[in-house]
Amino acid sequence: MNLLLKGGRVIDPFTGLDKVQNLLIKEGRIAEILDDAPIQGLSGVEVIDIAGKIAVPGLIDIHTHLREPGNEYKETIASGSEAAAAGGFTSIACMPNTNPVNDKRSTTEFILKRAKECGLVNVYPIAAISLKSEGALLSEYWDLKEAGAVGFSDDGRPVMNSALMRRALEYASSLDMPIISHCEDTNLSSGGVMHEGMVSAELGLVGIPAAAEEVMVARDIILAGYTGAHIHIAHVSAAGAVRLVREAKARGVRVTAETAPHYFTLTDEAVRAFDTFARVYPPLRGQEDLEAVKEGLRDGTIDTIASDHAPHARTDKELEFDYAATGLTGLETSLALSLSLVQEGILTLPELIRKMTINPARVIHIPKGTLAEGADADITVIDPDRQWVVDPGTFRSRGKNTPFGGRHLTGKAVMTIVGGKISFQDM
Amino acid sequence: METEKNTRKLDRKDILGIKELSVEEINLILETADSFLEVSTREIKKVPTLRGKTVINLFYEASTRTRTSFEIAGKRLSADTVNITASTSSVVKGETLIDTARNLESMNPDIIVIRHSAAGAPHILARVLKQSIINAGDGAHEHPTQALLDMMTIKSKKGAIAGLKVAITGDIAHSRVARSNIHGLTKMGARVFLAGPATMMPYGMEKMGVTVAGRIEEAIEDADVVMALRIQTEREKQCIFPSLREYAAHFSLNKRNIGLARKDVMIMHPGPVNRGVEISPDLADSASSVILEQVTNGVAVRMALLYLLAGSGNA
Repeated sequence: MNLLLKGGRVIDPFTGLDKVQNLLIKEGRIAEILDDAPIQGLSGVEVIDIAGKIAVPGLIDIHTHLREPGNEYKETIASGSEAAAAGGFTSIACMPNTNPVNDKRSTTEFILKRAKECGLVNVYPIAAISLKSEGALLSEYWDLKEAGAVGFSDDGRPVMNSALMRRALEYASSLDMPIISHCEDTNLSSGGVMHEGMVSAELGLVGIPAAAEEVMVARDIILAGYTGAHIHIAHVSAAGAVRLVREAKARGVRVTAETAPHYFTLTDEAVRAFDTFARVYPPLRGQEDLEAVKEGLRDGTIDTIASDHAPHARTDKELEFDYAATGLTGLETSLALSLSLVQEGILTLPELIRKMTINPARVIHIPKGTLAEGADADITVIDPDRQWVVDPGTFRSRGKNTPFGGRHLTGKAVMTIVGGKISFQDM
Repeated sequence: METEKNTRKLDRKDILGIKELSVEEINLILETADSFLEVSTREIKKVPTLRGKTVINLFYEASTRTRTSFEIAGKRLSADTVNITASTSSVVKGETLIDTARNLESMNPDIIVIRHSAAGAPHILARVLKQSIINAGDGAHEHPTQALLDMMTIKSKKGAIAGLKVAITGDIAHSRVARSNIHGLTKMGARVFLAGPATMMPYGMEKMGVTVAGRIEEAIEDADVVMALRIQTEREKQCIFPSLREYAAHFSLNKRNIGLARKDVMIMHPGPVNRGVEISPDLADSASSVILEQVTNGVAVRMALLYLLAGSGNA
């Protein structure tokens, strides 16, 4: 199917384009970007008027949990793909903490097969740093790369063994693959269920100090500097972590970093009512941390925004705070929460789009994130003025676990096009 | 007192913590408790006030004192009391706390008293159930009935709480008693000083309106009330402190350091006491100690809460 997206503001941070244009899509690729072309006479082309809306390269989320195989009651690759498309994402990378852990070619191939059957968005598996993410032995990186893995992470099971982390960085580097680190010293965070600060002091919940994150960010930066390898710091939440990444970048260390919308939207105050939907790792931190994350986004220290989409079933969350599962479902709120950075004047719209397109594409080395002629026709159409209220009941994701239920948001993906095919539409 | 008790009521469904209570509410509870104190001294220790009402004591954590106190409070008001001791957490059993609660709700109790090792568990029940919930201790968060009985004890001895210097010593980090008393005593106008090893003192406690003292002597000096908290020996394994021996040498209340306090100092302890650890044995039994009066007042405070929640038409 050939499409013409007519009259929208087209933003492509990679090429520097930002003006009202017409996008012609043929055979799954961006065929032409036309100024004011005579639109009549194009046969076999479906014309879609997107005047007043914004067309950007398809959004990319490099940190999601799709739960399949193993925990299909929380999410499946199909339901996660639907959620991604509804949230405006055309490509997502999924973390290996499934059951079994994605530490083998067969699991990576299974994920890709399922994703293809579903066919709504591009799914890029991230494989485990260590076998079963147990932090002892390396998984087979060559094999996993050949099967389609785009990076390695023991997300959720932080690598405490510094020697293993060093070897992982070296080995991945030889394959030009990133190590994505969930930075948490599990001795410092032991028993913790929320950020350690004023609120934890008052609630009597065991705190996780920001130092638990910062200590490991420092270690990983030191190891990346030593090995010359690329380290990507996942879900930066603490002010000290932002500072460490900023300093390391200035010294030329190959470090990139992501944060998630909840870290620049909520603080530990969200836990006060013992809302288990606000239980997440790393934990929602203090106001100073939130401000530091915003500053890191503003000055370029933080390269990308990823949702850390972590769907859970009701039964995993309807528990005492101490026992509730960690994580929140994020694919369907990530864009709108991120657009608030533009509304607040922290980022320009092209700067935000950069952090959700070409920057994450570069972290995992995928040929995506641009609308340049000849590129895959992955396009997200955003209505920047659409007012909506978060209703978890309408989520495509099986995970309804969001602390943002009832929140009024502005801006929404209204069309998601993947490889020239419309995966989602809400015009 | 009797007339007041009948005209003023507690306009809330649950007692989850002292944090949510106003000074007026605290005063109402304490005055009501005063009036119930006498019932426990009668030969026939029973009034018909809550006849036909059902109180469930749902205890997810071992407790002798608090559970017995609630049970006696209910029985002296003629309520039917049922004790449920859940030895394992809901998670281990496979049934969620909410499932358990909904089952209990279906049996139409009037009040559910809950003790749980997880902070916030009573708040979950309160959100889900139509019954009144009384928090009998949730993790290290709050233990409102303990703070109320402590305030009742202080008030009965000192006449008023406002203006007093109160020292709380020991493991503040793991203590729900400390947190509830901090909320209550600061609301009532006392100056609260905390002392304990740095590993037992959460950062930011000052923001709750207290003074954190470096040494126990600084907290005790000129204090009107000194409250020692129980030290749990398993904290050694978590590297919270090196040994009971060292703790006792530097943080125990004893004849020597209590001399820094005012002559008429009251010594309190929420129990159970580790004699020779947080308090020296002779001090625990001294004339300054009100530890057993605290227990007596505990029954009266719990009677007051059951009455105010179930007896005045709220439940």
